[in-house]
Amino acid sequence: MSEPLLVRLGRIDRRWIFLAMALSIIVPMLLKVRFPEIPQPMARATFEAIERVPEGSRVLIAFDYDPASQGELQPMANAIVHHCASRGHKMVFMTLWPFGGPLAERTIDDILLAYHPGYKYGVDYAELGFQPGNEGVVKLMSTNIPKQFPTDKRGTPLAQVPLLADLADTTGFKLVVSISAGYPGAKEWVQYANGPAPEAFTFVSGTTGVQAAQLLPYYPAQMEGMLLAVKGAAEYETIVEEKYPPPQHPERIGDGRVRMGPQLVAHVLMIVLIVLGNLSMAAGRTRGGMR
Amino acid sequence: MLQRTIPIAILSISGIVLVLAYFSPFTQSWGEQAVDWFNIIAGIAYILGGGNLLRVNLEKISAQRPGWAYAAITVAAFVAMLGFGLLKLGAVPSEKYPDVHFAGDYESNSAPYGWMYWNVISPLGATMFAMLAFYVASAAFRAFRAKNLESVLLLGTAFIVLLSATAAGAYLTGWIPADSAVGFMRAERLRTMITEVVQTAGMRAIGIGIAIGVVALSVRLILGIDRSYLSKDGGAA
Repeated sequence: MSEPLLVRLGRIDRRWIFLAMALSIIVPMLLKVRFPEIPQPMARATFEAIERVPEGSRVLIAFDYDPASQGELQPMANAIVHHCASRGHKMVFMTLWPFGGPLAERTIDDILLAYHPGYKYGVDYAELGFQPGNEGVVKLMSTNIPKQFPTDKRGTPLAQVPLLADLADTTGFKLVVSISAGYPGAKEWVQYANGPAPEAFTFVSGTTGVQAAQLLPYYPAQMEGMLLAVKGAAEYETIVEEKYPPPQHPERIGDGRVRMGPQLVAHVLMIVLIVLGNLSMAAGRTRGGMR
Repeated sequence: MLQRTIPIAILSISGIVLVLAYFSPFTQSWGEQAVDWFNIIAGIAYILGGGNLLRVNLEKISAQRPGWAYAAITVAAFVAMLGFGLLKLGAVPSEKYPDVHFAGDYESNSAPYGWMYWNVISPLGATMFAMLAFYVASAAFRAFRAKNLESVLLLGTAFIVLLSATAAGAYLTGWIPADSAVGFMRAERLRTMITEVVQTAGMRAIGIGIAIGVVALSVRLILGIDRSYLSKDGGAA
């Protein structure tokens, strides 16, 4: 007697599963499937936290990730930079990750300077670049930035960069944002910079899905806003775009929502696979019992 | 004797200084100095790491052990990126100082370092991360089985989180009135309850446990009671 289909399904070649997963991502990407996003409280809290910072404030944006997490984090980085620039904030960029520098550079070119061409280096924005030391960098920045970064990324002494000349420590910022893929990242900013001076600046983060569990205990007390993975980015983009529509290249502030299409289909596929796997197990047991 | 005493002294002094610097503004500059040294040592660790990578891979190439061709690619890529980055080979000349080679922009897409970053490192990194989706899908099909109450709970939670992390959750449960007695059944509310209540409570417990463990271990290290970091036999002479 031949085996029922459900039992045979349990022994399916895993390459069919790989193919199904590939199609579930590729097809929605090609069809540019987009779904409306309803912003949830966490994305709203992030937006509100940045809105509460007085216009024209000096803010620090740390690109604590590398190209591996770019797919998940770049959409929120784009939206945050556009949001901050729309509020007229003076932005200082840095990274705790060796490969984070070029990601910050590209965001400056594609978003900051493309949408807000009036921004001038040294006056409206500056780059500190990368320094090794992980949490040591954050710790030293919390008391003495010129000691940690004697020059900006271009090699100019901080005293000669108008935006950085009077910057003593992290309390010189009204807002600190860490777009974080893991260690070192948002957790270290909370522990070493925000912890000793919780009232000095607002801290928000954007994070990957896998890191969310580690950071949730800090929200909303130490971390006033938090964007969780592509979903958080898509929701935040929706709010930012509504209030500050980009003057050109709107797709650059829409990456998160574009990526939610494949994510929806892939998640549904995962659920279908789990259900099929369990049905196959149950069918195998029933058949074994009947024998 | 010195092999044990000097490292213990460095650790104890650094530890005490950092603790004092946190609580007392008078010792803040000592703490800054200690952290500055830490960051310099962290920078030197990159040199050690690079040296170790070269040693391991060159040994593999010279002995022609299985996979030596991959080791050769690793060494070639390492040396090339080191040259492009450290020596700024092919860097785009600076507008301000066009005659100063080291003022050039090596991260520009037209410089070799920038080109390699955007055309090799970036797609390879994204590929490695994206491959997880395929393995997770395969593992979900084969291993995620409802065999007992705990696994049923885990499965139910996974379904809620997976659906609510997309627009599907809103479509499926959006018809439930948010302010009704069953409003908590909406996908986004269930997800919030799972992540911000259940998960956060668990993570806080783990976090507090780890923090207490770190404090206890730090005290043992600062007082020289725990010497396991010195060598395999605890730094015994």
